[in-house]
Amino acid sequence: MRRTSGAGHSTVSDPPTHARAVVIGCGIVGNSVAYHLCRLGWRDVVLLDKGPLPNPGGSTGHASNFIYLVDHSKEMTALTVDSVDQYREMGVFTQSGGIEVARTKERMQELTRRMSSAASWGIEPVSLISPAEVKELVPFIDESIIRGGFYTPGVGVVDSLRAGTIMRERAQASGALQVIANTEVIAIDVEHGRVRCVRTTAGEIAAETVVISCGVWSPRVARMAGAHIPLTPAVHQMIDVGPVPRFAGAKGDIEVPIVRDMDTNMYERQAGGDLEIGSYAHRPILYDPEDIPPIERAALSPTEFPFTQPDFEVQMQHALELMPEIVGDEKVGVKYAINGILSLTPDGMPVLGESPDVRGLWSAAAVWVKEGPGTGKALAEWMVHGESEIDLHSSDIARFHEHQKTRAHVRARAAEGFNKTYGIVHPSEQWASNRNVRLAPFHERERLLEAMFFEAAGWERPMWYESNSRLLEEFGDRITRRTSEWESRWWSPIINAEHLAMRERAGLFDLSAFTIFDIIGPGALESVQKVTLRQMEVPVGRNVYTPVLSPNGGFKSDLTVMRLGDDHFRVVTGGAAGMSDKKWFADHLAADGTAQLFDLTSAMTTVGLWGPRAREILASTTGDDVTNDGFKFGSCRTIDVGTVRVLASRISYVGDLGWELYVPIEQGMRLWDMLWEAGRPFGLAACGIGVYGTTGRLEKCYRAHGNELETEYNVVEAGMQAPRVKSEDFVGKEAHLRHRDEEPAAVLCTLTVDDHTSKSGEKRYMLGREPILTRDGKPVADRRGRHSYVTSAGAGPSVGKHILMAYLPPEQAVLGERLAVQYMGERYPVTVAVVGSTPLFDPENARVRS
Amino acid sequence: MDQSKASMETLTLARRFGGPVHSVRIDAIEPFAPDAVAAILALVADNLNASAVFAAGTDRGNDVMARLAARTGQPFAANCVDAEPGSPVSVTRFRWGGSLLESALLHSPRPLITVAPNTFSAEAEPAPIEVDVKPFVAQLDETDLVVRVSDHIDTAGGRVSLAEAKVVVSGGRGVGSKEGFAIIEELAGLLGAAVGCSRVVTSAGWRPHTDQVGQTGTKIAPDLYIACGISGATQHMAGCKAAKRILAINSDAEAPIMLNADYAVVGDLREIVPAISAELRKSR
Amino acid sequence: MRVLVCVKRVPFTGGKMVLAADSMALETKHLGFTISPHEECGVEEAVRLIEANGGESVVLTLGPAEAVEQLRDAMALGIDRAIHLRTDGSEWDPDATAAVIVDAIRTDESATGLFDLIVFGSESADSGGYQVGLRVAHALGRPAVTGLKGVKPEGGSVRCEQEVEGGRDVYVVPMPAVVTVKEGLNLPRYPSVPGRMRAGRKPVATSAPARPAARLELVRLVVPPGQGRRAEVLGSGAAAAPAVVDMLRKIGVV
Repeated sequence: MRRTSGAGHSTVSDPPTHARAVVIGCGIVGNSVAYHLCRLGWRDVVLLDKGPLPNPGGSTGHASNFIYLVDHSKEMTALTVDSVDQYREMGVFTQSGGIEVARTKERMQELTRRMSSAASWGIEPVSLISPAEVKELVPFIDESIIRGGFYTPGVGVVDSLRAGTIMRERAQASGALQVIANTEVIAIDVEHGRVRCVRTTAGEIAAETVVISCGVWSPRVARMAGAHIPLTPAVHQMIDVGPVPRFAGAKGDIEVPIVRDMDTNMYERQAGGDLEIGSYAHRPILYDPEDIPPIERAALSPTEFPFTQPDFEVQMQHALELMPEIVGDEKVGVKYAINGILSLTPDGMPVLGESPDVRGLWSAAAVWVKEGPGTGKALAEWMVHGESEIDLHSSDIARFHEHQKTRAHVRARAAEGFNKTYGIVHPSEQWASNRNVRLAPFHERERLLEAMFFEAAGWERPMWYESNSRLLEEFGDRITRRTSEWESRWWSPIINAEHLAMRERAGLFDLSAFTIFDIIGPGALESVQKVTLRQMEVPVGRNVYTPVLSPNGGFKSDLTVMRLGDDHFRVVTGGAAGMSDKKWFADHLAADGTAQLFDLTSAMTTVGLWGPRAREILASTTGDDVTNDGFKFGSCRTIDVGTVRVLASRISYVGDLGWELYVPIEQGMRLWDMLWEAGRPFGLAACGIGVYGTTGRLEKCYRAHGNELETEYNVVEAGMQAPRVKSEDFVGKEAHLRHRDEEPAAVLCTLTVDDHTSKSGEKRYMLGREPILTRDGKPVADRRGRHSYVTSAGAGPSVGKHILMAYLPPEQAVLGERLAVQYMGERYPVTVAVVGSTPLFDPENARVRS
Repeated sequence: MDQSKASMETLTLARRFGGPVHSVRIDAIEPFAPDAVAAILALVADNLNASAVFAAGTDRGNDVMARLAARTGQPFAANCVDAEPGSPVSVTRFRWGGSLLESALLHSPRPLITVAPNTFSAEAEPAPIEVDVKPFVAQLDETDLVVRVSDHIDTAGGRVSLAEAKVVVSGGRGVGSKEGFAIIEELAGLLGAAVGCSRVVTSAGWRPHTDQVGQTGTKIAPDLYIACGISGATQHMAGCKAAKRILAINSDAEAPIMLNADYAVVGDLREIVPAISAELRKSR
Repeated sequence: MRVLVCVKRVPFTGGKMVLAADSMALETKHLGFTISPHEECGVEEAVRLIEANGGESVVLTLGPAEAVEQLRDAMALGIDRAIHLRTDGSEWDPDATAAVIVDAIRTDESATGLFDLIVFGSESADSGGYQVGLRVAHALGRPAVTGLKGVKPEGGSVRCEQEVEGGRDVYVVPMPAVVTVKEGLNLPRYPSVPGRMRAGRKPVATSAPARPAARLELVRLVVPPGQGRRAEVLGSGAAAAPAVVDMLRKIGVV
């Protein structure tokens, strides 16, 4: 339903010639960014829209405006919860409650996962309720076709247009904001890679900071500045039926809980005297920003496209099944039906932050009403303070690799993701579309070894090799089998077999997905020092693993730096965070231009060789000294491997003796083949990323960015503080020094599962993100209100345990502390096995140093 | 036909075709029977060997001409604003109630054309002219009298008629509800104006269809048209564009109605309309 | 009772008319389509007549393949079945349109019996020809009354109320008859969801008649000049009220 807000119009005026910041787009997020920038002290902020106010015609104007709180994504949940707080404070939130109903057994299991996510992120109250209880709350539902529901009483509906108006008016009242409606941006001038000026139909505004919060138009506006905002406009179908006899005389917009019919990808909500039915079930219908009509040519608003009835046929049937009393009523008519246009991104997350293409150009795009105000606030914090309270790394615009910015990729992934909006998505689920984009030089060898490929940053990486199934027999009982379908999905016991082969002999790893860049020049040392916690002034030929801190001392990233020359540093980081890390380093290069960054990701490939036999294997291919004395742990240098010159770096993320071997990409196959041949006599096994990323590192209690390492936790809490802090200045230093002086609110611990047996007798294995509870089921939260949850989970084949990591409050962070983990609706006993960073396996670290 | 404005406009266009223009006045058929009128027109046109037949583009004019067209098997162009003689005849006619114009060719030895009302100024003949009245008596077939007015219902009440009001105050989607029209009625009452509305409003059941201004509602030509919360879709503009002046009250300064209005107030009509009413009361 | 209602698929226009590149049609890329407004009331009337009297209602359209959407819309409201005279989407003049509709009606009636009433819209929203209904009536030799705001069968006749200045003229004509109706005849209902679902299963008989040569031949469309004047802004919000009253005084309304 098109809801016009009761808002008065904002004062509109002609643009000024200069502005501290220009925010383009008066949808929910643009209003919020502008408001929060002003609240945080910026003045001379200009907020523009080409449309009228309060509804300029974007997606906010036709949004269904309801908010569910619980999402499996921590980041999205945090943004949503903060948004609800803001909506409540503005008086535009109507709490209605919401129920996600299950029609299938699989969905009921999924709802238990939602219960877990709610507990992990501290959302309460929530409950699983029976069909009869659903019926009590939503009397017009046919409870006979459902198995139960996930009830969140805190779900509600907002007036997003009114919220936008309030935020605008508050900022205007402070004198910090000028609002200009009916004014279109026609160009954005960029000089020397930096925004200079916004040209509008009403004149030019000089500004060094510009925010694009233009919803589905964002890619078009970004292109004016030569930047990319990878999103695609897509259709969300919605119909409004009424008048509903049961709702006659409804006093408010909503009095009955909103129902999400998860298995049919639909929702039903009361809208005054009507019922609104929305769908994410239809075929993905994607557009380009250029397909959106100008305001004056649109029959409704520009983002309300003509309804395409044939796409909604099945959905009518589904709605009729669930709510026959209303939907089946011959007197209740379809009063309104639209193909509403909203923004989809290739990975389902928003696009936030400063563009890596143009300095001063910020994106606040692909943000929905439910997370709008929170996102606006977080982005404003990021702009003003350099960091937001909520970790936005999954939404960072800098996360996209080049191929991920292409129209074809964006559309392929958006289309694939659309029907998963309410889907049951396995945490390891792989995309099917646009695969095989980035292939290791030895990809063909991996294929012959029957690699099961998982994607990372577009790279195809073996997760395990089916050809290693022979190892299952060899290691027999030492390998835990899983019987539950859910935990067996996207997993194989072969991972554990490869792990054991590596621990006993040696493993060969494809590390092509590393992002690699060099910092070179007289200012290189200063530049690298500036963003790293650890001392970078080390002898040439050393490698240093270091956290990268955010201004508040949280984890921006963690990575490895090799010093290859006095003025030459090589940074190696993971594929997922690679592009945002690259931007972070680029942004902190010496201001005088004496250091430059060169991206070598596509020039170098990396092979990992680890295990007790690794030295013998490498030695058999080289005349260079690779003895423990000749090639110490923590050093790197170039050696000959056959005819290939290899940069070998003695370091390990799996906790065994060995090297990362870097070679020019075209010689990667040769290196692989030589090592493979050389390894044969020593029982070398090809090992997948399952070993590298999970089993190997978990046994060693190594932390991973995005799991344990986030801006919301600091170095001391993660147990990664060094005895001393370097004297040089670096980002986050002040905060880090403070953190060292205070009692940590939480301590990262490693736990092991004591008993995997579920009520049904089946053994179950946690996959991560589950809540940690006391043995009697009480939540565990630290003094900052952060609930304890499993940051990583996986097998430890060498220690014979299933390993979990979690931040625990100091009271619980005690060796031997008995706690529980909630998984699929049941509690399992766990025990704290390590407090801090001492490895579970080989606690003396003898292996890596052997 | 009578000497109405529409007829004068029709004559003006017909004169462009040169030669004598015969004006046909049918008064023997009372009450009105459109097939009979069409039958007579057919005979008269034959009798005069007319090179074209024109009528005013009123409901009745279009009705009779369409029947004549069907009866004679000739093409018919309704609601023309221009016509050039020739073979074929070129016409310019209304589409979308005048929101678009169509150039078309009439392939016919005797083109049938009606003239859209209120579209151009009738030119006065260098008057007075000698009127040569030729009486004509036609033999009518019984079947031509099957369709004939048998009764008339007077519906004009005490209210100011929308079609004839000097001032019309209209509300659109922006009014928000049936109850929202109270402020529109209040203002109309103060101005002695009729209340109108857009098609969205009648479709929603907020007002009766008789209040609808538009291509499919009433076409009006008041001195002042006050459009409140009406975006100005083509359907609506087709009904109000003959107004001498338009005042638009709309929250959207770029709404299409603004391109057709003489005066505009930007903002929420729910604040503005009562304020105007209050100001009018104050100034009394 | 048997009722046929003839409808036309027309674009649902927005604020600004934009022509296709060849100026032969509206640019409809951004537009939805609908049953022409008068005919929506015709459909509603047909449904009500059958609800009240029993019998069968049929909807007919001449239009492109996509026009089946409008047939389904009509059937969602309660029309029983549809006849689709499929075109390639190009313009048909009223004469040609009437001719193929007459053929289709004759064919259908020879199989299923005469339609007591054939309902057209007074004129279509787009081309506004005011004549297809009357041409069909003449060809079939049936009485026709136009521009109706009231249609009421009485025995073998139909009482027709035609809006005229100051009231309504009443005609009573024998059935079978042809009527053309105007919006305001009724307030069309919204389709129910079950109605929509039933519509998908109702039969549509499709044929593709050949297009006769046009005798009212479209040459091109033109957007009339005169749009684009800029309103004098009297102010914003309630504060503009005095300026409005001044203006009313100036032009002599107050």
